[in-house]
Amino acid sequence: MIRDHFRVLKVDLSTGRGQIEEVGGRDTWAGGSGLAAHLFSKLGFSDRGWEDAQQPLIFTIGPLTGYFPLMSKVVCAFKSPYHDQYAESHAGGRAALSMRFADLDALVITGKAKRPSCLVVGSRTLRLEETPYLWGKSVQRTGQMLRRMAGGSGHRSILRIGPAGENRSAMACINVDTYRHFGRLGAGAVMGAKNLKAIILVGDESFDLPSGKDYAQAFQKIYGQLTETTMMDKYHNLGTPINVAVLNGIKALPCRNLQKTSDEAISGITGETFAERTLLRNTACSGCPVGCIHLGFVREKFAEPNQYLYRQVTYDHEPIFAMGAMLSVLDAFQVLTLLEAAEKVGLDVMSAGVALAWATEAFEKGLLSERETLTPLKFGDAGAYAVALKHLGEASNEFYRLLGQGTLKAAEKYGGTDFACVLGQEMGGYATGEVFFVSQALGLRHSHLDAGGYSYDQKQKGKDVAHAVDFLVQDEKARVLLTSMVSCLFAREVYKESVLAECLNAVGYGKLAETLDPVACRVQNLRWQLRLKSGFDPASVRIPGRFKEIVTWKGPLDGNYLDSLQKTYAGKIREMGKEGASGPS
Amino acid sequence: MKILSTPRMERCIGCHSCSLACARLVHKRLSWDTAGIRIRSTGGLSTGFEARPCLACDPAPCAAACPTGAYSQRRGGGVVVKKKLCIRCGACAGACPVDAIHLEPSGEPFVCIHCGRCVGFCPHDCLEMVEAPASPSGGEELKGVEL
Repeated sequence: MIRDHFRVLKVDLSTGRGQIEEVGGRDTWAGGSGLAAHLFSKLGFSDRGWEDAQQPLIFTIGPLTGYFPLMSKVVCAFKSPYHDQYAESHAGGRAALSMRFADLDALVITGKAKRPSCLVVGSRTLRLEETPYLWGKSVQRTGQMLRRMAGGSGHRSILRIGPAGENRSAMACINVDTYRHFGRLGAGAVMGAKNLKAIILVGDESFDLPSGKDYAQAFQKIYGQLTETTMMDKYHNLGTPINVAVLNGIKALPCRNLQKTSDEAISGITGETFAERTLLRNTACSGCPVGCIHLGFVREKFAEPNQYLYRQVTYDHEPIFAMGAMLSVLDAFQVLTLLEAAEKVGLDVMSAGVALAWATEAFEKGLLSERETLTPLKFGDAGAYAVALKHLGEASNEFYRLLGQGTLKAAEKYGGTDFACVLGQEMGGYATGEVFFVSQALGLRHSHLDAGGYSYDQKQKGKDVAHAVDFLVQDEKARVLLTSMVSCLFAREVYKESVLAECLNAVGYGKLAETLDPVACRVQNLRWQLRLKSGFDPASVRIPGRFKEIVTWKGPLDGNYLDSLQKTYAGKIREMGKEGASGPS
Repeated sequence: MKILSTPRMERCIGCHSCSLACARLVHKRLSWDTAGIRIRSTGGLSTGFEARPCLACDPAPCAAACPTGAYSQRRGGGVVVKKKLCIRCGACAGACPVDAIHLEPSGEPFVCIHCGRCVGFCPHDCLEMVEAPASPSGGEELKGVEL
């Protein structure tokens, strides 16, 4: 729906009632990341803990959601249980179009339900149903039961948490439609703290199209670029796992808790191997013809003679790195088995894999014993990791409860901080060098997606600190604009600023189209203001010693370059986060 | 006369590009409901997807159920809909054996007119226009819907 304001539904879980509010600022904040930050600045509490019932859990879409292909993501903003600071996480599935057709630009959830509950929201629906019988159920089982309870199959989105979220693990994700996730920084725990097991978004409204021919022409042009050129082949074909062999080949794949950057037995878990041996089919987020979601299968013999069951598991580069390379589990089917174990309890697979990699090395070094880990951990032992993932999700003892709050928190108690592979949160799957490490360690989301630091490491040969930091700032700004629309970042080569302006003009957001650069700067700055205000000190982020020990295709990591990058980037972040900052351009 | 068929739905990735194209191009709406083809999972996303298209019945039960003549038989199967004659009673949707007619909350019906506009938007070639069998009822040779 094209409108000059945002239509926001605010729901108070303590009463089960909601309120539609028209919030101004479309031309100021655009939507997505911008709208989420704006709403948090109005409704969030930087000085209160993340578990405070009044802290908002915010979901936003953007001005182009549903109108153009790959405008298919939702931004989730919250105060993170991982660091008790402002955070964002993004997901696709059907959630974005469901919100569009529920006629909401944002859903803001505050309060705490009296009993475990499920929130159902549609264009003509708002109800909070008590569902205590779902508490403790796995993500999969919860999804199966909710499908039967709510109508609208095909045109709805089911968001739910598993035991990890209920246990308030800072590694708990929100599962979206089985195969997508608000994965990182513990959004699942925020739902758990609110007694909110699930959210069903029902997309049951339809809208008039923008008038004139511009919209149809712009749509057709972009749809053609996405489907008739080779631009998206990488994502459609092998998908992101194509990176596994590439990074391994240039000694930039974190392996065995980053003890090394390549593994000679990597062929067991490359994208090519996953496709040849395990790939069942592709699937897509609603509104995306690319279909980058790859589904593999796990077959399990559960009884003799020849009694099998099978499950479908989604895989990508990052999950394969975390549950494969980092744990030295180098068999594709074993990796899928571990991914499924993490999915079941509702853990972020990246954080969980990296955490267990640290735990394994700590176990080998004698810092941990079976008293803590409950099962002996050994690199390559997938069976042990499946058991450990269950313990981690269920917070089976004090060790696993602490590990679920973050690897460094556990390392501070048990030892081994130097080899905890944490860059703000558990690392992403790139050991490309100094710029990526600083990008993730200081990035707003502590995500490999904050900026293309991994790409910079591979393309730039020099060590020009100012140039590198300028790249990070500018690339972050470009991505912030995309996540304010809200585009899938895989479409970033298509949706350049001029194309976004064309799209916005075509649907009637002419004024916004003219001011994209200042909007992007404003959103970038506000996000940093929120982050700094809630306690972030970029200069004091600790990059553990293990990162400084690695050797890539470029040779040993340069510790001085790393330190200089951190110092300069921290300064830039402080500038951006100042009240009234004008932005990098 | 050709009709829309869905012979390769096992390839479907659930992107809804077909529904969105139909709503956008035929019905001038932004929607995944007000379309002649709609996609849902066959029982959870792990089981794949199915389309809810008009099967181009001849004779069409929806046309027989329509009390005002808004629906009439289309030659080659399916129906021609004259919306200005429609009283929003929903009898057409109730009569459809395969749930192919979507009713808006206002009661306005949306059904496939077998124009084939959706086919080119399927990235996996799930859809196809095929020649209709000879029409036993000799329905009107009109193209689709009168909006």
